Amino acid sequence: MLALPCPHCGTRDEAEFQFGGEPAVRPPSSVSDTVWADYLYMRRNEKGAHRELWCHAGGCGQWFVLTRDTATHAVLP
Amino acid sequence: MRLAVGGRIDRGKMLRFTWNGRALSGFAGDTIASALLANDVKIVARSFKYHRPRGLFAAWVDEPNAVVDVRWNGQHDPNARATLVALRDGMVITGVNGFPSVDRDVAASLDLLHRFLPAGFYYKSFMAPSWHYYEPRIRAMAGLGRVGEATETRSFETRNARSDVLVIGAGPAGLAAAKAARATGASVLLVDDRAALGGSLLWDTATIDDVPAHAWATAAIAGVRVLSRTTVFGAYDQGSFALLEDRAEAPEGWAAPRLWVVRAKRVIFATGAIERPLVFPDNDRPGIMAASAVLDYLRQYGVLAGRQVIVATNNDSAYGVAEALRDAGAAVEIADARDDAPAIPGIKVRSATVPLGTGGRGGLAWVDLGPRDGSRRDRVSADLLAVSGGWSPAVHLFSQAGGALQWDADLAAFVPMQAGQLVAGSVTGAADLATCLAQGHAAGLAATDAGDLVGPRTAAASPVRPILPLWGLDLPGTRQWVDYQNDVTAKDVRLAASEGYRSVEHLKRYTTLGMATDQGKTSNVNGLAILADATGQAISEVGTTKFRPPFTPVPLAAIAGLRHGALFAPLRHLPVHDDHLALGAEMRDYGGWARPACYRGIGETTEAAIKREAANARFRVGLFDGSSLGKIEVYGPDAAAFLNLMYYNEVANLRPGRLRYCLLLRETGVVFDDGVVGRLAADRYLLSPSSSHTAGVLAMLELWHQTEYPTMQVAFHDVTAAWATFAISGPKSRDVVAGLGSGADLSDQALPHMAMTENFIGSVPCRIARVSFTGERSYEVSVPSGYAQSLWQHLLDLGAAAGIMPYGIESLSVLRAEKGYILIGTDTDGMTLPVDLGLEGPLRAKKIDFVGKRSLLTPDATRADRRQLVGLLPADPETVPVPGSHAVLREGGASRSLGWITTACRSPVLQRSVALGMIESGRARMGEEISLFHLGKLSRARIVAPCFYDPAGEKLHG
Ligand SMILES: [Zn+2]
Repeated sequence: MLALPCPHCGTRDEAEFQFGGEPAVRPPSSVSDTVWADYLYMRRNEKGAHRELWCHAGGCGQWFVLTRDTATHAVLP
Repeated sequence: MRLAVGGRIDRGKMLRFTWNGRALSGFAGDTIASALLANDVKIVARSFKYHRPRGLFAAWVDEPNAVVDVRWNGQHDPNARATLVALRDGMVITGVNGFPSVDRDVAASLDLLHRFLPAGFYYKSFMAPSWHYYEPRIRAMAGLGRVGEATETRSFETRNARSDVLVIGAGPAGLAAAKAARATGASVLLVDDRAALGGSLLWDTATIDDVPAHAWATAAIAGVRVLSRTTVFGAYDQGSFALLEDRAEAPEGWAAPRLWVVRAKRVIFATGAIERPLVFPDNDRPGIMAASAVLDYLRQYGVLAGRQVIVATNNDSAYGVAEALRDAGAAVEIADARDDAPAIPGIKVRSATVPLGTGGRGGLAWVDLGPRDGSRRDRVSADLLAVSGGWSPAVHLFSQAGGALQWDADLAAFVPMQAGQLVAGSVTGAADLATCLAQGHAAGLAATDAGDLVGPRTAAASPVRPILPLWGLDLPGTRQWVDYQNDVTAKDVRLAASEGYRSVEHLKRYTTLGMATDQGKTSNVNGLAILADATGQAISEVGTTKFRPPFTPVPLAAIAGLRHGALFAPLRHLPVHDDHLALGAEMRDYGGWARPACYRGIGETTEAAIKREAANARFRVGLFDGSSLGKIEVYGPDAAAFLNLMYYNEVANLRPGRLRYCLLLRETGVVFDDGVVGRLAADRYLLSPSSSHTAGVLAMLELWHQTEYPTMQVAFHDVTAAWATFAISGPKSRDVVAGLGSGADLSDQALPHMAMTENFIGSVPCRIARVSFTGERSYEVSVPSGYAQSLWQHLLDLGAAAGIMPYGIESLSVLRAEKGYILIGTDTDGMTLPVDLGLEGPLRAKKIDFVGKRSLLTPDATRADRRQLVGLLPADPETVPVPGSHAVLREGGASRSLGWITTACRSPVLQRSVALGMIESGRARMGEEISLFHLGKLSRARIVAPCFYDPAGEKLHG
C-alpha cells in the first residue's frame, strides 16, 4: 500500500501505478552479446536506495524515475 | 448465571438462539460468548489435537477456545469467534471440532493417547507406510468448522481514510491521546474494536476532571472521528494501516465487514494489554478463565461466571476482580503466589499459594491449592477458577510497524522501546489509570508537536506490589497447558528444547504453539519463557516470534473487496452485442471481449455451424464483427520515424492509403504482437493490434516514446471503442460493399489487397480497408460506433441475395488455420522470434536499431536448430491432433521432443485434419514424417509448408 508521487498529479495510491523496474541505458546494437545481455537481464537489485521506473498508468500516463528505499519503502528525494 | 442488574445489555430485548439444538436466550448487547456463559454452558469447543473439552477462557480477541459455527438469516460463518460476534435473535449456533457434538465427542478418547502424540508427532509417528495414508484421517479429526455450500452474496466494500493522527485503542490512554491531539487542531481518527469506547472506564468508579470516568470518556471524543467495532489488523508500508470494520450490527443486518485503508501522519499505539494464563497442572478445564475476562463478563454483560470462585494470581491486578465478584454475591478466595498477601475484607487470601491441580466432570468441581513445590495440597471446592499470570502488552501492531521490543524483568513483559514512535497506556506496561491518562495526553501532544495543554486529572494510584513471574510448575508427570486451542503443553515445549529447537520461530513451527486462530495472544510469552528456562537462555535472548498481520482473522473476501467476478475482469461488449444474440450467437470470452463463437441454427451442433459458416465465407460471402480489433492512431511529424523504430517491419516507406502486416517485438526479440499498420497520411498512421493486446501495445509505445525517444514529436490515441469494424469476406464481398454507396473506387487497381480508403456512407465517415484474415477477398468497413447497428443490419440486408451469413471466432480460427495465419500467443510463445515464423526479410533489410533487433543477432537467435513454424498433415485425415502434442524423435534408445502442435482443426475445404506446429529445424524437414505423442499414444504426421489452401494467394488478390 505505497503512496507514490506522480510528477503531474501528486501523491497517489500504488494501485494507480505500474512498475517499470530499474532503468537501463540502451546500448547501440554494435555492442557485444555480453553487454547486450547485461542490458536486457542484469539488474543491481539493491537493498536501500533504488532508482526505478514507474508509470502513472491509471492516471496521466507519465513515466518517471523514483528513488525508493527497498528495505523501508520510503520514497527518497 | 445472569445477574438481575448490571452490564451494558438491554434486558428489555430478549434474543432467542439455539446452541447445539438447545433453545436458549440472551439479551441485546450480548456476544455469543456472554450469552452462552449466562446460560451456564461449560463446554464450548474441543481442542484441536486431543479433543479435550474447552470452555470460555477470555472475553475478547484473545479467546483461544470458542470457535463456533453460526447460521443466521441465510448467512453462515463456520469459524465464528464467539467472543466477537454479537448475538442476534434466531441465531443457530453449534460447536465445531466435535462429533457428534462438543458435549459428547467420540474422538475424545484421543486424549488417552496423548503420550503417543507429543510435539512434532506428525513428523515422527505417521511415516509408515507414508504420511499420505494418515493425512486425510488426521485432517478430518483436526478440522474446525465446515465450509458451507452457499456462495457469499454480501457486498464487501473498501474505504480509504486520512487523518493527521491515528489513535489505535480507545481505552483511557487512547481517549486522552485523541482528546489532546484534537485540542491542538489536528484531525484525529480514533479506532477501537469494541462497540463502546472507554475500555475499563466504562465501569471504573474513578473520577476524571471531577466527573465520572464514563462521562469523561463520552466528552473526550468531541470532534474526533471514531470507528468503533473496527480492528486495526495490520501495519503496512509508509505508515498505512489496514482495518476491518465489523458491520454485523448494521441496520440492514449482519452486513459484510468493511476494509479500511488508513494513512495518517502520526500514529499512537494505545493498544492495551492481554492477560496471561497461569501454567499449572490441568489448567485447561472448562471453568478456568482469565480474571480480567471474568470481570469483563460481569461488567459488560451482567454475567457471573461462578458462585464459588478461586482467584489465582501472581500480581495485583486480580484483586480488583476478586472484590467485584465478592460484591456481586460470589464466595471468593484468593490464592496469591507471592508471600505476604494483604488481607481483603470478606475474602480469604492465601499467600505463597498456587493451583496444583483441578478436577470435575464437564466442568470445574475442585482446585488443589498449595505451595509451588507441591509439598502440600488443600482441595477446595470451586465452580470457577479465575487466573492471572500477568499482562502481556499488545505490542503486535507496534512491532509490525517496525517498533523494537525489550524484556522488562520487573513487569515480566515485552514492552515497546520507544524511539520516535508514540505509545501510551497499558501497552507500555502501565498499570494504573493516572499513568495511562498522562501517557495518552503526552502522546497526543507529541503527535502534533503543539504546545502545552493541561492533561486529565484523576486520583494518584496506590503503590503496586511487584509481579512474581511463574512459567509453569516443576511437577513431573503433569499436563500443563500453554496453548489451549492447539494443545501445546509445557512438556511439549521442553521436549522441543531437548530436541534442539532453541529458536522461538522453530519452536512455534515444531509444536504449533501460537498458530491457532487466536495467534498465540495468551500463549506466546508463557511458551517462550518456558523455552528460555529449558534452554538456559534469558527470556530477552529468546525473544518473541515475529508479529505479522493480521492481528485477528480477516475474511479473504474482505481483502478482495469488489474485485471479483465481473467487477474484477469486466467483459467488454461489442457495439452490436444484442444483434449477435438475436442471431443466435454463442458469446464467449476472447481476450476480455464477449465475442460470437459461432451462430448455431436450431438443432445445429457447434461443429456443423463452424463448417457452414466457414464454407459460406469461402465460397459466398460472410460477415464478421471485428470491432474489438485494436485501433491506435499515431500522429505527428515524427510518427513514421518513431514507428519504424518500434516495428520489426519497415513502415516508414509505406505510402498513404496502404497497409502492411507487421510484427512488434520485445527488446528480447520475442514476438509481442502482430497486426496491420496503415498509413492515413504522411504524419498519421492507424495501427490494428490484436484485440487482447491493444492496451499493451499502447503502453509499449508510450514507454519507448517517454523514456527512449522523448524528443520525437508523436502522439498516440486509442480509438478502439470509437469505431466499429465489420469484415465482409468471400468472392461476393465486393458486391456487398459496393452496395453501401460510399463512393469508394473498389476496383482492384484502386483498392488492391492491403490498401485502404476513407469515404462517407451518406454523411457518415467510413474507412474501407482491404485486408483479410480468411484468405479470401475481404473488406473491413469501419464507421463511428454509434452507427454500428445500422451498418450491421444494412450489410445483412445488402448481402441477403448473395447469401451473406455472419461467422464467429471459431469459424475464423478454422479459416485462418487453413491459410497458416498465426495467432500470437497460440502459435507463438515467449521464445518465438520472427525468424522462427519465416519472417527474415526486415532483419536483413532494416539498418536502424529497431526494438529487439540486437537480440536477433545473438548466437541463440541464429541457431539453425531453432523451432520453426510448419504445417502438419496427420497420416489419419480423420483425426485432429491435440494442440500441445509433442513431436518426438527416437534417438539412441531415448525419445526427445522436437516441438509441438500449436493449432489443429478439421479443414472443411480440404475435408481433412490440418495442424500448425513449432518444430525443431522445421523448414529443413519439409516432407518428413514424424511421430506425434499425446497421452501415451503415438500417431504420424507429415511436415509441410504452413499454408494448406490457396498458397499462391489467388483468392486473396482476386
Ligand atoms: Zn499522474
